[in-house]
Amino acid sequence: MKRARRPLAAIVLALVAVFLLAAPFGFKPYGIFILTMWAVMTVAAIGLNLTLGYAGQISLAQAAFVGIGAYITAYLTTRGWPFWSTYLLGAVSCFAIGWLLGYPALRVQHHYLAFVTLAFNTLVYLIFRNEEWLTGGIYGISNVPRPHIAGWSMNGPREFYYFCLAHLALVSLATWWLIRSPWGRAFVALRENPMRALSLGVDTRRYTLMAFALGAGLGGISGALYAPLVQFVDPTPFALMLSLNLLLMVVVGGSGFFFGPFLGALVAVLLPEWLRFTEGFYLMGYAVLVMLLMALCPSGLLGLADRLTRPANKEAAEAPVTRRDAAAQREGAR
Amino acid sequence: MSPMLAVRDLKKSFGGIVAVDGVSFDVHDGEILGIIGPNGSGKSTLFNCILGQLRPSAGDVHLDGRAVTGLRPCDLNRLGVSRTFQLLQIFPQLSVRDNLILAGQEHRGNMMSRLIGRPDAGLSPAANRMLEFFRLDHLADQQAASLSYGQQKLLDAAMAFMAGPRLALLDEPAGGVNLTMLASLRDRLKAINVERGSTFVVIEHNMEFVMALCNRILVLAEGRIIARGAPAEIRRDPKVIEAYLGH
Repeated sequence: MKRARRPLAAIVLALVAVFLLAAPFGFKPYGIFILTMWAVMTVAAIGLNLTLGYAGQISLAQAAFVGIGAYITAYLTTRGWPFWSTYLLGAVSCFAIGWLLGYPALRVQHHYLAFVTLAFNTLVYLIFRNEEWLTGGIYGISNVPRPHIAGWSMNGPREFYYFCLAHLALVSLATWWLIRSPWGRAFVALRENPMRALSLGVDTRRYTLMAFALGAGLGGISGALYAPLVQFVDPTPFALMLSLNLLLMVVVGGSGFFFGPFLGALVAVLLPEWLRFTEGFYLMGYAVLVMLLMALCPSGLLGLADRLTRPANKEAAEAPVTRRDAAAQREGAR
Repeated sequence: MSPMLAVRDLKKSFGGIVAVDGVSFDVHDGEILGIIGPNGSGKSTLFNCILGQLRPSAGDVHLDGRAVTGLRPCDLNRLGVSRTFQLLQIFPQLSVRDNLILAGQEHRGNMMSRLIGRPDAGLSPAANRMLEFFRLDHLADQQAASLSYGQQKLLDAAMAFMAGPRLALLDEPAGGVNLTMLASLRDRLKAINVERGSTFVVIEHNMEFVMALCNRILVLAEGRIIARGAPAEIRRDPKVIEAYLGH
């Protein structure tokens, strides 16, 4: 079935790639900025999709990791550090902190874990806001420079867009490799049936921590790109709202689908901009659209596409929205 | 000959309820040991204590003379001990082949080699052979959720043997399986025992199945062993008849 859909997927993918490469030539600087923001947020959403969509570990802390990556890059590059060193430091720091944040997941699950990660996000936000000596407090850090790559300046919106697009491509390739590897299979096992996975030799403890760490590391990379994109960081963008927005991107796009975050970020970043013609109603229109989508298609846009393109005689169940759904499917099979 | 698995005075209490009460037995290499008993006699709790899913209140478990009491299930699995559960436990969103690859992949290399190595960890040929052995090869690329219950039960059993375990603990492998599938399952288990020399401990309620499959049987009632012996002896034992019929 999947093989039959491959040519169609390849054509769509090629068309999207051509659009993304050509888009900056048809947009004004603000349009390019929004498109770059989409690429940056997609990287963070891919990270959350690994943690939540594949490994089934709920996290409301992704904004904190984007913030940590952004602040490390902003703080150090404004003090003369080369971009790549701050970029690596941001990613590695978030990986390590994400690993530590994974420990509560070994004890609690579902909404309890959501509250643990939510508390972490709030804690990090308060540090950004209150530790003025380090973060600049509510005034933030301004004049964050954009990087130079092999003598090429990334100062222009178009150059920086391609820079972020290249990052998105590399992150996507690495994630594609990972989810096809035994690690990806172990993550799915963790989501669907951790007890059985454990009995088959899967070290669920290590994979849970790894799922958190990898998701957080990608959040850090996203933050390291965010700071030079906006060229200013302050605490507000990294509050809980961004974590909820990233969660929305993963769920709306299709949790546990590889291209889910791409589509979800498109909806969350670009749709509000496209709806601006409605003036004061654009956020309300956006909220209604998201509610309708979730009510009609809880498995997200790709879940809907999967359902529509699946041959009618296929009995296979669709991807479960939550681990509880997977458990219910098993229950039904008994 | 020293036993492969030695269980000594194993106890498990849940508050005031004693589920397993001082159970001791040995399992020898190549043997198929059956454990029977009425519902609530502590069979599955005994399995869970042996396999690290539950921490026993007292007692020891030894594998090849090495104490393995309280070892995590994944570590025990890597020592060559696998299991099935009373209720069906597969990964419904993975393909049938991927279920089997998953069941073997953690026995290959280390974390890093599993990340950078082949996506199937080099296990596709072994998975295909296992599918053929359990007569599921025509379903290899199907999502496991789309299989019938009997086919899922076979897949569940096949997963337990994918990593070539020396000892497999099977919890009600015949539960809910129709007669045709049941014969197929029994034949497959017998063949694995004879051809690969695997050792089994089988919990089962289906007396015909367990009597035909096992060399030796333990009978559990209220957490204790009330009888042990060859299938024919067990069938005639008055204590067993009383435990099952209650008179």
